[in-house]
Amino acid sequence: MATIKVWFEQTPLRPKVSTLMIFVSVLVAILIKHQPQLLSWAINYPKSWIIPFSKELSIFIKWLLKEADLGFFTFKELTRAFGSMLDAPTLFLKSLLVTGFKFENDVEILLQIPPLSWLGVTVILVMLGSKLGNRKLTAFILLSFLYVAFIGLWESTMLTLASIIVAVLFGIILGVLLGVAAFKSAVMDRILTPTFDFMQTMPVFAYLVPALMMFGYGPAAAMMVTLIYAMPPMARVTKLSLMQVNNETVDFGRMAGCSAKQLTWKVMIPSIRPRLMVGVNQVIMLTLNMVIIASLIGAGGLGFDVWASLKSLRIGQGAEAGIAITLVAIVLDRISQEYASRRTVHIDHIPSFYEKYRLLILIALIAIGTTLLGQWYPVISQVPDDWTFSTGKFWDNIIDWININGYVYIDAFRRFFFIYLLKPSKAFMLGLPWLGTVFVIAAIGYHLGGLRLAFLSAVLISFIAAVGLWEKAMISVYLVGVCVFLASAIGIPIGIISAQNERVYRVVQVIIDTLQTLPSFVYLIPVIMLFGIGEFSAMVAVVMYAVVPAIRYTTHGIRQVPDHFIEASRAMGCTRLQILKRVQLPLALPDIMLGVNQTLMMGLSMLVITALVGTRDLGQETLIALSKVDPGRGITAGICVAFIAITADRLINAWATKHKKELGLDA
Amino acid sequence: MLKNIKKHITGALMIGLVAGIFGMTAAKAAVPESKDPIKIVMIGYSGDNIIMYIYGELIKTLGYNVEYTPADYIGQFTGMGEGDLHIGSPGWDTTAKAAMKEAFSTGDVLNMGKIGIAVNEDWWYPLYVKDVCPGLPDWKALLEPDCVKALSIVETEPKARFLSGPLEWGGTDPERIAAMGLDFEVINAGSDGALSADLVAAIKRKQPIVAWSWEPYWIPALYPGEFVVWPEYEDACYDDASWGMNPDMTHDCGRPNGQMWKSAWAGGEAIWPKAYDVWLKFNLTAKIAGDLVYESDVDGMDTKAVAEKWIAENKATWEPWLK
Repeated sequence: MATIKVWFEQTPLRPKVSTLMIFVSVLVAILIKHQPQLLSWAINYPKSWIIPFSKELSIFIKWLLKEADLGFFTFKELTRAFGSMLDAPTLFLKSLLVTGFKFENDVEILLQIPPLSWLGVTVILVMLGSKLGNRKLTAFILLSFLYVAFIGLWESTMLTLASIIVAVLFGIILGVLLGVAAFKSAVMDRILTPTFDFMQTMPVFAYLVPALMMFGYGPAAAMMVTLIYAMPPMARVTKLSLMQVNNETVDFGRMAGCSAKQLTWKVMIPSIRPRLMVGVNQVIMLTLNMVIIASLIGAGGLGFDVWASLKSLRIGQGAEAGIAITLVAIVLDRISQEYASRRTVHIDHIPSFYEKYRLLILIALIAIGTTLLGQWYPVISQVPDDWTFSTGKFWDNIIDWININGYVYIDAFRRFFFIYLLKPSKAFMLGLPWLGTVFVIAAIGYHLGGLRLAFLSAVLISFIAAVGLWEKAMISVYLVGVCVFLASAIGIPIGIISAQNERVYRVVQVIIDTLQTLPSFVYLIPVIMLFGIGEFSAMVAVVMYAVVPAIRYTTHGIRQVPDHFIEASRAMGCTRLQILKRVQLPLALPDIMLGVNQTLMMGLSMLVITALVGTRDLGQETLIALSKVDPGRGITAGICVAFIAITADRLINAWATKHKKELGLDA
Repeated sequence: MLKNIKKHITGALMIGLVAGIFGMTAAKAAVPESKDPIKIVMIGYSGDNIIMYIYGELIKTLGYNVEYTPADYIGQFTGMGEGDLHIGSPGWDTTAKAAMKEAFSTGDVLNMGKIGIAVNEDWWYPLYVKDVCPGLPDWKALLEPDCVKALSIVETEPKARFLSGPLEWGGTDPERIAAMGLDFEVINAGSDGALSADLVAAIKRKQPIVAWSWEPYWIPALYPGEFVVWPEYEDACYDDASWGMNPDMTHDCGRPNGQMWKSAWAGGEAIWPKAYDVWLKFNLTAKIAGDLVYESDVDGMDTKAVAEKWIAENKATWEPWLK
């Protein structure tokens, strides 16, 4: 809405060509709608025009994975070899933390080493925390690990930890390497940027089948899938930060006689270390977002606990495991942040062996000591079952209570939304003629970013019609559209309030951090219990997840309005409301729009989840493909989601850039 | 065998050191023929898990190394085809027929026969629905306007809602609704979890509902209810329109009863012949399975403990499998 209003405000006297174009295309669209016999091919994409893209793709993928021979080995052997390379470190960590090591021949067990004890792991991590010199962090680590130990989730947590530590490390290394590559070579950048867009917006279920075929059931496939989703932000952040390294630093490096390689790795990368931590944070959060899906293809651990409990509607147990995932995410994130912000200590003498490795020696001693002691005192190696507790029943009872006592109100609420919002907007989206839609979007693209953008969006949107997924795509757009609207309507006001009030800000931060790291499955099942199967439940789940960036970006946008602007307007006698309305909001608008953009991206990424509720959208298409083991079908639907996301992203970004320029902010 | 050795060689090349832990496949005839872990699929449902635990714990007594591997119900067939998973969780005729057919046809996955548990899947309702639809379990009760009204929700008004499973399970409800002249609309859940969440929540607040359910499963075990009774299924009902009460349409009858099937990776037979032989002989009755599910879901016992308890108490049943 805001967008349209701004256009008209800015071009009141001299309607631009592009504005005219939008008008014309809207008129054409209406014409097509009302003269259906004339142009029926422009309304519903004719069946005979559909390109059998997904079928061909399936045939190709199956050929590639079953028959393709690269000379010395087949393609499958290549991916498998790569997979076992990825597996090795995870297997090692898994043995270390969960199963122990076992060496045996065919007759007898030669040597068996038990895994690290719970006490040992907890003590070591707490030590690390205090070594990093932060009391709050130390306390947090201690409480988190006591929680998982005494709630009876120790083994699952260690399994999850083993697989995600490796995935996170790979993600960071790969991300930095690709980021540097994109920074150094314009060609690479042009290839990588759209690739990353794809990786981040394609629903996971779309590429699960090919990943399974390539890497087999197990940690390797789970890790690949995780990397695809979680690595791109690291690469993006690396590239952006490298671009912002100031010239003085580079010049200094040159003067010191660095080679190009040294300049990158010894000067530039260290100088952007704090900024890289934003990427590390994203990799950790996104990796943990994937643990549930990873558990379905053989990773096990906490993700599987969440999944299995929720399948049997043990909501409380699911929530307990979900909280454990959140805690692991926060612990990993805080440790890495602390580590990065630590200053290097310069010592003026050559440290002795002991001094240098004191911490490592201590850790090794604790690890070995507690493991050995655990052989005599089992309490040390494993928390006894009767020490553990569960809050599961408590949460189950809360949901039951709301379900039984609050249903009358919930049902009325649901009815209202369905009749006045969901039903009409769905009918509207499904009624849109495809060709008219393509024209309107192209015209908007032209207005905001010129011919190239117009062409790009027209091609991407036409592709969806061409592969025969128009209707499912429209249901996806309708669903995500309604959710973005609601998430913005809820999120922006909350963001505004928390930007003005420090106390609200702190509370809101905790809530949105939790919403972002808690796996959506945890609240999906309770939402269905209360709201039933249907688009309404899907909407509630999407809004809960997608509201986060709307709040975050709004707060950020308003907070970064320069103080002197506000002081100046106060001096001119503006009231607080006037400052907000006339100064802060307009200046924060580009940021708010970027938040809306992120909300949209998150909404689209939630299509997988909505399909699990039972919506008939592109997400469902990927689910069906999964159960029919049809890789082409899933990927085709995934491409459509990615295209919608890319189009929306480019349009919103073009608008934000344009608007920033008009406001005289740096674009 | 060849496939397995090849895998080892590739692995050894890539990771040198770690490969030592795996060890090479032995050519000895004694049981266990190989110490390579047998990967057994766990799909996370109590009933299926108990069955897999019983098998796994039994072959452990023969000296095999067993790895219980969590996997997706449908996805497991891809995994077995590639040799990443070895012993499959039971495939139900009613929900995995297409996936099983495809997997068995490639030759990479073996059909190891029926478990012996007939599965029943159809329209199910909690008992209190009889108050608004008197005449149940006979399907004709669903034709009454009052019944339709009680079962309708805002999304399906004025029709009644039938809550079905995921589309890809391949239910034939729309066909049956049309053939039987029912005033129902099918709402598909996107996943089994969503289906049970909606159904159980409705039962708890005593909202009238007719939904897809099956046996052996924890919901019918936990909540009193019945399956709707339809004209008995015959093959002709699905193929021949003139059969049954509607002379112009097929599907005017109940659902065919299904079976639970055992499956396994074809390549494993040469590596662990004895373990495969045990799996081939493995069978359980529906009564036993029902009792086991009850113990776990209603009495709240851990699934592995249920399996161990059954093994301890039923030596006579399983001893012949190991011979």
